[in-house]
Amino acid sequence: MLLKKHHFLEKNVFFLILGIFLTIIIGGIVEIVPLFTMEQTIEKVEGVRPYTPLEQAGRNIYIREGCYNCHSQMIRPFRDEVERYGHYSLAAESMYDHPFQWGSKRTGPDLARVGGKYSNAWHVAHLDDPRSVVPESIMPGYPFLAKKELKFDDAAEHLKTLRMVGVPYTDEQIEDAVADLHLQATADEDYDDFLARYPNAATGDFDGNPEKLTEMDALIAYLQILGRMVDFTTYNPSMNLR
Amino acid sequence: MSTHVEKDNVTGRETTGHQWDGIKELNTPLPSWWVYVFWVCIIWSIGYWVVYPSFPTAHGYLKGMFNITERSKIEETMANVAAERAPYMERLAALDVDQIANDSELLNFSMAGGKAVFAENCAPCHGTGGVGNTGFPSLQDDDWLWGGTLDDISQTIHVGARWSQNDDTRFNDMPAFGKDGILSNAEISDVVQHVLSFSGRETDPAAAERGTEIFADNCAACHGDNAKGITEMGAPNLTDNIWLYGGDQATITETVTNARRGVMPAWEGKLSDETIKMLAVYVHSLGGGQ
Amino acid sequence: MSQGSMAQTASSAVDYNMDVVRWGALATVFWGVVGFLAGDLIAWQLAFPALNFDFEYLNFGRLRPLHTSAVIFAFGGNALLATSFYVVQRTCRARLFGGKALPAFVFWGYQLFIVMAAIGYVMGVTQGREYAEPEWFVDLWLTIVWVCYLAIFVGTLLKRQEPHIYVANWFYLAFIVTIAMLHLGNNLAIPVSLFGTKSYSMFSGVQDALTQWWYGHNAVGFFLTAGFLGMMYYFIPKRAERPVYSYRLSIIHFWALIFLYIWAGPHHLHYTALPDWAQTLGMTFSIMLWMPSWGGMINGLMTLSGAWDKLRTDPVLRFMVAAVGFYGMSTFEGPVMSIKSVNGLSHYTDWTIGHVHSGALGWVAFVTFGAIYFLIPVLWNRERLYSMRLVAHHFWLGTIGIVLYITSMWVSGIMQGLMWRAHDQLGFLQYSFIETVEAMHPYYIIRATGGALFLLGSFLMVWNVYKTIRGDIRREAPIGVSAPAAVQ
Repeated sequence: MLLKKHHFLEKNVFFLILGIFLTIIIGGIVEIVPLFTMEQTIEKVEGVRPYTPLEQAGRNIYIREGCYNCHSQMIRPFRDEVERYGHYSLAAESMYDHPFQWGSKRTGPDLARVGGKYSNAWHVAHLDDPRSVVPESIMPGYPFLAKKELKFDDAAEHLKTLRMVGVPYTDEQIEDAVADLHLQATADEDYDDFLARYPNAATGDFDGNPEKLTEMDALIAYLQILGRMVDFTTYNPSMNLR
Repeated sequence: MSTHVEKDNVTGRETTGHQWDGIKELNTPLPSWWVYVFWVCIIWSIGYWVVYPSFPTAHGYLKGMFNITERSKIEETMANVAAERAPYMERLAALDVDQIANDSELLNFSMAGGKAVFAENCAPCHGTGGVGNTGFPSLQDDDWLWGGTLDDISQTIHVGARWSQNDDTRFNDMPAFGKDGILSNAEISDVVQHVLSFSGRETDPAAAERGTEIFADNCAACHGDNAKGITEMGAPNLTDNIWLYGGDQATITETVTNARRGVMPAWEGKLSDETIKMLAVYVHSLGGGQ
Repeated sequence: MSQGSMAQTASSAVDYNMDVVRWGALATVFWGVVGFLAGDLIAWQLAFPALNFDFEYLNFGRLRPLHTSAVIFAFGGNALLATSFYVVQRTCRARLFGGKALPAFVFWGYQLFIVMAAIGYVMGVTQGREYAEPEWFVDLWLTIVWVCYLAIFVGTLLKRQEPHIYVANWFYLAFIVTIAMLHLGNNLAIPVSLFGTKSYSMFSGVQDALTQWWYGHNAVGFFLTAGFLGMMYYFIPKRAERPVYSYRLSIIHFWALIFLYIWAGPHHLHYTALPDWAQTLGMTFSIMLWMPSWGGMINGLMTLSGAWDKLRTDPVLRFMVAAVGFYGMSTFEGPVMSIKSVNGLSHYTDWTIGHVHSGALGWVAFVTFGAIYFLIPVLWNRERLYSMRLVAHHFWLGTIGIVLYITSMWVSGIMQGLMWRAHDQLGFLQYSFIETVEAMHPYYIIRATGGALFLLGSFLMVWNVYKTIRGDIRREAPIGVSAPAAVQ
């Protein structure tokens, strides 16, 4: 009977390992592989584009500082969340997010649609000293961001690497990466070509310090695009139930 | 070590006959309650798979008996909420923002809705209850940069201030008198003394006197000859001792030297027109609405 | 009086490699204190944000991964390394495979992994994936170490002189094999430059999310559950001197546990942009996992049949048994929280944090403390621990700490979840987000206090371990014996 058969595994290490391996491999295959193959996984939307070099730099700072430990970027399809944060999040909105930053905890509010909600000056004040604008906040201050020069001279390399993992950056975007990085954070420039490459991007001197390009500039540029890519006027919810 | 099955005295069970470093195992059968509960969980799960979307297939996934999805549920929920609110919302849509007060029920509704939306969206800058903060105006006083009527407030919420993504945004552009070399440091010092005198502060009378003409030539066009501000231009009243960035000599000097260009996001597109009306009613009620 | 020294003499024929076990035991104690300290610091930061000092290297966002990795991989990992090397040798009656060098390489290589990861977090070098934060070069290093670990473990099993492989080793083996798979699967990333630290995940968005939680959930399932069940299966019967309750149950619950656990990852992504079908699988497999998880609890607790009285006199056994109790509690709470409607309330709140800590403090740390207290006198050939009374104090400090922790997190989590979804009479949101943050303050203080008690308990352990290794023995009355006169 079964117990006797199990004796075989108890005596043969390699079959025991094989048995374990076959047992643990199944769940992952059934759940993960179809997400790559199934068409309806990513919704049909208009507007999602790769991040600008400055936004991507800001995103890397967001990750570096561990913002995901306290902030989600995933609005659930609940009435209160839709009322509080806006339209529930779509998979398409993070399709160029390497890695995803959906988060698992809301010690602070969800940030999926924080873009365009507050002025750059507010973000500067808030990141510098959160309690100067929100007295009840328990967020740490990040005064060092405004002081640190942004190091992203290898922006083109970053974009190339991202293209290798599936983000559709064009040759032009990669070529202009460093120029775009500086242009986006400079006030009162001609942004037409840039905005053609990266529609909807926020532009200007984000940190209020035109002297240098800081990490604060990058982080705010990233925060200001969050949730602003998808054009929900052309989104059809009933086509994307799944 | 050879297999040697023994009987355990405490439980009366037999061992399996093996031992490892002195550890033996009893050959106790599975507890029946454990087996039953395990089966119940399995059967419940199978039932759940039948009803709800579950396993992936070659061309999609098992959709479940009723094709219920979280997204269909939220669409339905929000439709129900909209239907419940429709009587109010239709009236809100039809009425001008300054007529809402005539309908006490609608006013009540708008105040509650405006308060909730304000707390979530506006308070981070304007403070809890609209107390304001340096660079973010108080909404509790009767000093309004862009006007304090219901229409003005509603319009400001719609288009924001200096919000580059909105073509109709409230906009003015105070010159940076020092940075751009329009006024010398001495002239700025004088005009600041003059400005301080508007709100009855102690000043150097000679300097303030010298500043009178500088003010008339450079500032009065926007702030008015009497310095009481012009809301059409978003130019603040300089006589009321209410200051957005601070009213001490150093801060005013800094303001004149480098100018201030505060930004407020435009909320149209993010909030519905009806919601903005509710918000305007609430904000108007906070203090000195005009 | 001392099971340890008896066991030592019983099978002294084999020349066991106990060096690496000794190092591992000390590393466990050391990293445990570091991890608890980091945890309690960040707990106080949440109550009093000024404690972040606005200093980039001490900010919550960087210290929280330091805390989680320190307790999971440094404390838990060293506990698993030490005990698995001990258990596999004793239950196979074979010296550790790989001579002196390979086990030493695995131990020191693993410490290097921990140090590289920790320095990275503080410097801001992170992949931004929870519990998989180390960057690509650290991951590669761990892969090498882990393959050697597997080789040592399997090699020792092959050398065994017992005909059968003991159940503890099944669990250890499943833990090592599965962690290898998860580690490789979840860390597929391309570095920007071979000379830089930054890499980008091969996957994005929804696929990345599920891969991450397939990993993340099974780091819990195989690192913190299967591995520690292996520990339990040796140390409880050994300490209680009773046979394991049911061999048959161990078979069924072992295979069911490792099969079902892997599927449960999507319950971390309920109501997200992950398609519903995957959420359903995550939830139902979590429910089915309940009984297989409890199989371990039953086998642990029922092994004490006929030895329950020992709990009165042996605080070491008390640690182990309480651990199994907490294990049972959190493996019940887990399936409950995986039910979508419950998860809708609990997710993103402190309830999850409380749940994790009832498992991490109650189960993982307590069973480890039990094993450490068992091992230290054995490994250093001491008659017994320096002080059993100190063990008892440690137990109570730890238990009260855990109770404060999880109850405060239940209250704050459920409260915050309810506040988020509260609507007033006209159907508008009743509370702004920041009001819900304010409401958490008292519970954050209670939680941090509980953590401080737990930390204090671990200091007693350090002292006790130090004195035991030195060979000191504290003269004290035995515990649970009602002879008040005998104290002096």
